Amino acid sequence: MLRALLSDNLPRSRWLAAVLIVIVLALALAPFLFPGAKSLNVAVKICVFIVLAASYDLLLGYTGIVSFAHTMFFGIGGYGVAIALARLAPDWGAVALGTGAGVLVAVVLAALIGLFSLRVRTIFFAMITLAVASAFAILASQLSGLTGGEDGLNYRVPEALRPAFRLVEGDVLGVAVNGRIMTYYLVFLVSLALVLAMMRVVSSPFGSVLMAIRENAFRAEAIGYRTVVYRTVASCIAAAAAAVAGALLALWLRHTGPDTTLSFDLMIDILLMVVIGGMGTMYGAVLGATLLILAQNYLQDAMAAASQAASGVPLVANLLHPDRWLLWLGLLFILCVYFFPTGIVGRLRAARGRG
Amino acid sequence: MLETEGLTIRFGGHAAVDGVSCAFHPGTLTAIVGPNGAGKTTYFNLISGQLAATSGRVRLKGRDITTLAAPRRARLGLGRAFQLTNLFPNLTALENVRLAVQANSGRVLDLLGRASRHRDLADRAMAHLAAVALADRAAAVSATLSHGDQRKLEVAILLALEPDVFMFDEPTAGMSVDDVPAVLDVIAAIKARGDKTILLVEHKMDVVRALADRIVVLHHGQLVADGPPAEIIASDVVREAYLGGAAEAGHG
Ligand SMILES: Nc1ncnc2c1ncn2[C@@H]1O[C@H](COP(=O)(O)OP(=O)(O)OP(=O)(O)O)[C@@H](O)[C@H]1O
Ligand SMILES: [Mg+2]
Repeated sequence: MLRALLSDNLPRSRWLAAVLIVIVLALALAPFLFPGAKSLNVAVKICVFIVLAASYDLLLGYTGIVSFAHTMFFGIGGYGVAIALARLAPDWGAVALGTGAGVLVAVVLAALIGLFSLRVRTIFFAMITLAVASAFAILASQLSGLTGGEDGLNYRVPEALRPAFRLVEGDVLGVAVNGRIMTYYLVFLVSLALVLAMMRVVSSPFGSVLMAIRENAFRAEAIGYRTVVYRTVASCIAAAAAAVAGALLALWLRHTGPDTTLSFDLMIDILLMVVIGGMGTMYGAVLGATLLILAQNYLQDAMAAASQAASGVPLVANLLHPDRWLLWLGLLFILCVYFFPTGIVGRLRAARGRG
Repeated sequence: MLETEGLTIRFGGHAAVDGVSCAFHPGTLTAIVGPNGAGKTTYFNLISGQLAATSGRVRLKGRDITTLAAPRRARLGLGRAFQLTNLFPNLTALENVRLAVQANSGRVLDLLGRASRHRDLADRAMAHLAAVALADRAAAVSATLSHGDQRKLEVAILLALEPDVFMFDEPTAGMSVDDVPAVLDVIAAIKARGDKTILLVEHKMDVVRALADRIVVLHHGQLVADGPPAEIIASDVVREAYLGGAAEAGHG
């Protein structure tokens, strides 16, 4: 049963399995374990970024494609829902239409980019995606009539997802099950389904061809695989997943703008999540996204506390000042990449091999 | 079956393969010999589609395939093993062969099936590994295999494609003497089936003598001799063009 759910792609490390179970359980019970607006917001971000990182791993880790357009597809999904909800009625029909249109546009765009440019070398393809994504970001801010420009769009979500909505009278386990929690579970369940679906794809016969292409595209062609077709299909799947992730975040935030979906910082975050977690493993995306989002949200708090504690020691207090958090995060990345070149997942699996 | 007509490729001004016309027939093993740099590998690349011809034609089963891409030619029945080992380095030996079996099975755009559930594909891959005496290394990552085992894996991948035309490019080059018979047996077994077209580039004259039904000699990209082994080996043109060159170059 579990084996089937994971598509035979087992963690292959006791520690990894344990960490994964903790993450999934914590996310599944987040509204009850960590009540409060901030922690739920962090949990949503973790879910959404796990999908984003996993779909990016499909490209980078499994197929060997370097793309900088992933946040563009994320943004397309987000704007799809945002525009539909802002223009039409705030109901489920608009959500479905916005998501559907977003996914469709993302897939068509991914297919076009793929068919026109996946023949060229990896580095040129990366440059092309960068150019297309930049053009898209400019377009999104210019078409302010449609997208709200730099300010983005604010909109209402369907009734059942609004804070005032109550699923049941009274509390469940001391928590009022309101529309925010409903939204959280929508995000959680769709994200879970998407990750399991992508795990299925990478362990399918199709997925094994992707790995062959990553390993040796020349030989893959020589045994009869048309690599452009496979790479393009992989790009389309990744784009569709990213668009759905964008739609989920749009439902949660009730606001969509360039900063929430299209910024280049997000692209770098996704890249780091996949590399730190471990490329070509899917589980790496789960670990990487969780770790990075937690660090981004709580490292500053932890440092403020530490800085307070060290207030007597001048240099240390200064180094631990919350404004230095990016420095520490950067250091953490460098250490991670240096000591775990195969990512956290690779490290855990190697430990099992020796132990 | 397989035929080239005036096949030519120029790199800059230099014609690496120069107007080669030759037909290869089912049930026949043709050895292609010639000194280092004669254009043998380049001729193979033109036939299997890794390089595009400057002029001339390639026909397979009467069909003009000159402009088709390599994957199409592979699916039409042209199988190629490479002179320089050319594997999927971080995948296991079994997975290397399974990918070739899968390419040949048509079940290639199956996105949601589980590869591990296609027992038949893995079983067939295993049989091909066994054919080259590599079954016990099935789970090893191919980059960790010895050079000889990698050469055998290269042959197993070709077997797994089940092509109509087998193209071997120095399959035993650099192998230890112990490993060579396994590969030669495989080639002999394919030949014994009687319906396959086999092209073999080989420097070792004893191997050529043992396996070839016919020898084609390339020199400076041109076909300079073509005939039964005994006749070709005895001829002057080969002694000049090939044996002279091979003696100084060894086998590369
Ligand atoms: N891609 C290329 N670009 C330029 N020159 C090339 C290219 N490929 C091959 N050549 C040249 O074509 C000639 C034939 O090379 P080829 O590899 O076909 O020889 P070969 O007969 O296979 O030799 P060997 O016995 O050493 O394998 C050589 O002079 C080589 O330098
Ligand atoms: Mg050669």
